[in-house]
Amino acid sequence: MTDTKKTTRQVNVTSKTSVSVLFAGDSGDGMQLTGTQFANTVATHGTELNTFPNFPSEIRAPAGTIAGVSGFQLQFSSKPVYTPGARFDVMVAMNSAALKANLKDLHRGGIIIAGTEGFDEKNLRLAGYPEGADPLHDGSLDNYIVFPVPVLQLTREALKESGLSSKEVDRCKNMFVLGLLYWLYTLPLEGTMETLQTKFQKNVWMAEANIKAMKAGYFFGDETELFANLGRFDISPQKQHGIYRRVTGNEACAIALTAASKKAGLELFLGSYPITPATEILQTLAKKKKYGVKTFQAEDEIAGIVSSIGAAYGGALAATNTSGPGLALKTEALGLAVILEVPLVIINVQRGGPSTGLPTKPEQSDLFMALYGRHGEAPLPVLAARSPVDCFYTTYEAARIAVEHMTPVICLSDGYLALSSEPWKVESPENLAEITPRFQPAREPEDAPYLPYKRDDRQVRSWAIPGTRGLEHRIGGLEKQNETGNVSHDPENHELMTKIRAEKIARIADSIPLQSIDNGALSGDLLVLGWGSSYGAIKTAVEQAIEKGYNVAHAHLRYIFPFPKNLGEILGNYKKVLIPELNNGQLIHIIRDTFLIAPEGFTKVQGVPFNEMEILNKITDLLKELQS
Amino acid sequence: MTDNDTIMKALPVLTAKNFASDQEPKWCPGCGDHAILQQIKNVLPELGVAPENIVFVSGIGCSSRLPYYLATYGVHGIHGRALPMATGLKVARPDLSVWVGTGDGDALSIGGNHFIHTLRRNPDLNVLLFNNEIYGLTKGQYSPTSKIGLRTVTSPSGVIDHPFNTAALTIGSGGSFFARAFDRDGKFLRSILQRAALHRGTSLVEIYQNCPIFNNAAFEAFATPENKASNTIYVEQDKPFVFGKDKNRGIMLDGFKPVVVDLDKDEFSTSDLWIHDEKDINKASILARFADDEALPRPFGVFYAEERVTYEDALSQQIRDAQKNACGTLAELLKGENSYEIK
Repeated sequence: MTDTKKTTRQVNVTSKTSVSVLFAGDSGDGMQLTGTQFANTVATHGTELNTFPNFPSEIRAPAGTIAGVSGFQLQFSSKPVYTPGARFDVMVAMNSAALKANLKDLHRGGIIIAGTEGFDEKNLRLAGYPEGADPLHDGSLDNYIVFPVPVLQLTREALKESGLSSKEVDRCKNMFVLGLLYWLYTLPLEGTMETLQTKFQKNVWMAEANIKAMKAGYFFGDETELFANLGRFDISPQKQHGIYRRVTGNEACAIALTAASKKAGLELFLGSYPITPATEILQTLAKKKKYGVKTFQAEDEIAGIVSSIGAAYGGALAATNTSGPGLALKTEALGLAVILEVPLVIINVQRGGPSTGLPTKPEQSDLFMALYGRHGEAPLPVLAARSPVDCFYTTYEAARIAVEHMTPVICLSDGYLALSSEPWKVESPENLAEITPRFQPAREPEDAPYLPYKRDDRQVRSWAIPGTRGLEHRIGGLEKQNETGNVSHDPENHELMTKIRAEKIARIADSIPLQSIDNGALSGDLLVLGWGSSYGAIKTAVEQAIEKGYNVAHAHLRYIFPFPKNLGEILGNYKKVLIPELNNGQLIHIIRDTFLIAPEGFTKVQGVPFNEMEILNKITDLLKELQS
Repeated sequence: MTDNDTIMKALPVLTAKNFASDQEPKWCPGCGDHAILQQIKNVLPELGVAPENIVFVSGIGCSSRLPYYLATYGVHGIHGRALPMATGLKVARPDLSVWVGTGDGDALSIGGNHFIHTLRRNPDLNVLLFNNEIYGLTKGQYSPTSKIGLRTVTSPSGVIDHPFNTAALTIGSGGSFFARAFDRDGKFLRSILQRAALHRGTSLVEIYQNCPIFNNAAFEAFATPENKASNTIYVEQDKPFVFGKDKNRGIMLDGFKPVVVDLDKDEFSTSDLWIHDEKDINKASILARFADDEALPRPFGVFYAEERVTYEDALSQQIRDAQKNACGTLAELLKGENSYEIK
């Protein structure tokens, strides 16, 4: 329908490698939908992509205020990208609050597309601009390229014969902006048109109006003189041939649990309680009934995990998902899962804390709780995902360890990974690791009695599930006698069992891969050791540092407990180790404690991810120090 | 999962003894729990369910030691959480017969939230709530069912908390089955346990249980033959509410108000009396409140039994519907619904 390369007038199309765009507006302006649509179009076009939605915890914060600003950032590129961009090149600001809240992260010389109706006196006042300020005209934005566009007026004009109410017409203004951005980046409209037609299947008028508004935006770009000097841009698609899908971290976790259940031949049970930013895992799995998935929305976090323990005892692949406050509530039950020695996956999508903290913002501050947050000696494996797609592989691995080592496993994600998305080349079933549950077979009366806590050479007990003849046995939270599992208060037995449980977890190190170096030389001046969602920022920063000729490498941990067996050796190969974390310093304590080295910490606790520039600056400073 | 042939072969030889585990009960001598355990062991062989298909789940407290003494599968969980554990197990394994042993502290205090939500969801569980109106395992603190004025180590001047009425709480929470039994009346307890096992849905059985150490004689008013005759009423489906030593007292409804009548002296006959209908939730609600009125006898028996879809059946049905055409394959799962091809 629209040949995106052709224009009615001669407008230059410039090729670019990467662009970072922010769609920002009031939380009622539909910026998440606009960003998602743009991302879908870019992804299907075949460019590399990384997205990050950023919105307030209130569903509708006061309109026009800074608190109500909702943003969707994405970076798309001809080469792999690991972050949504440290700074954006283009900002769509639907109102003055959106501009004010985000201007600091716009590149100097960057483009601002401003919806002028959001810059009237009332909006400027709500955004907290001083009396008389007028950023679009008072010269304060002279360092940027500003395009004031009367988005609302143009949308109304385009839809004046649509028959829709004025409220409905005004709600189409985000599609006008989307169309304009498609024009600017020479992208096709068809994907979004199809989506709108499907979404408004029962309301054809609405579909038509949205499409009309989008086209109006597109042709506005084409017809106005406004963009004559800027021209248009083209980010050429470079992605390898193949079938792709775009996933968020939360979706990837849900798919991984389902995939692990299929691979292991087990039924998946998820006991869960809604909590931001982990809820989409429950929501996604609730829609997976076709795969036999059972979800149970419990009355609270405790019932969420305890129902999962019940299901695990019954022989299901059991999981629960939560975020910090919920993990705190689950800690007593985690201890039960540790002493029962049943498989269980706990996905903790970290957010800013303590207490309610920053519910919609990412933080990596639950590491201590994941490792130590239980009473008694209760070690359990802890894994952390590094990217939205890696949420799949890490959750799958957590399920494998849980089932094969009969233990609860905590899998850490965070609010950034949970909601960010990237393209994922569709995985084929045979590439997934086998998961083998070790069910205890039935016994006849003449057989020796079943010993529920007898172990194999990895200290793993067997899974004896109800319904199996001859294995009737009683277990519980009370300390148990070695092998028989009978209640025991014997002092030496308790110490023995404590050590056996610890040994069982330690031996998982035998079945996990050795730590690898993600980027850089195998030894040298500086190793940046990361974990979790800071992967993208570290990866990009180290890439740039290496390009500049710096002696620096990057290793990223998936297995935080137990550590890969060669981690100590790797750390010893560098003069200095830098540990960036979105907390007040947690992994650094564990590394120091385990390996008796003195790493350098770099922390950020602002509820926003690292950007690559911050890390690059830190690397530069550290290397200077090392050389002096 | 149930292997019918195995059961048919196994059943004739099973007796109460087959359901005793090798562990000696560690309850105090004279504790009502011993008598309850005995009736459970009596009933289990009569269910037609093989021992390997029975699971006892419990929380924490004296009552919650129950699973250790039964030769079935058993899990002793954490305080207050027996019901969600049993729900998860039942949802994952609808083929199993799942029983819960819990107490007034476990179920109604620390586990109160789970109690109400489990009842409204109605998974097929048999919940035996041992009510001794005291915390036994922690040595004698008052519980949510302790009577006002009871002096305990934590209420030296007498309890001032209004107690829970278990029956009213069950019915108010949307429970589909409530019955009350008594540790000392073994035969009756056995019949109630059978009814609970037969009911599909969450069967809540409140068992008055004497704690001889910390709350001895809490139920003395219903215990001796004389007290029992005048202070209790055993309700039976379609039977009039008659009680008393000489079966000469009855209960009739005056509007919504239950009134005790003397069948010998007053001008009433049994045909004027309240006829028990365990399917009538309004009458069950009135019956549940008898315990709050000193003038009325304490009811025992099945107050309420409603046939309602169980949680696990409803969920399994949704899954069957979703799989009507085909089960999802792993390849399909990984590909997703919005994949696209880059050529």
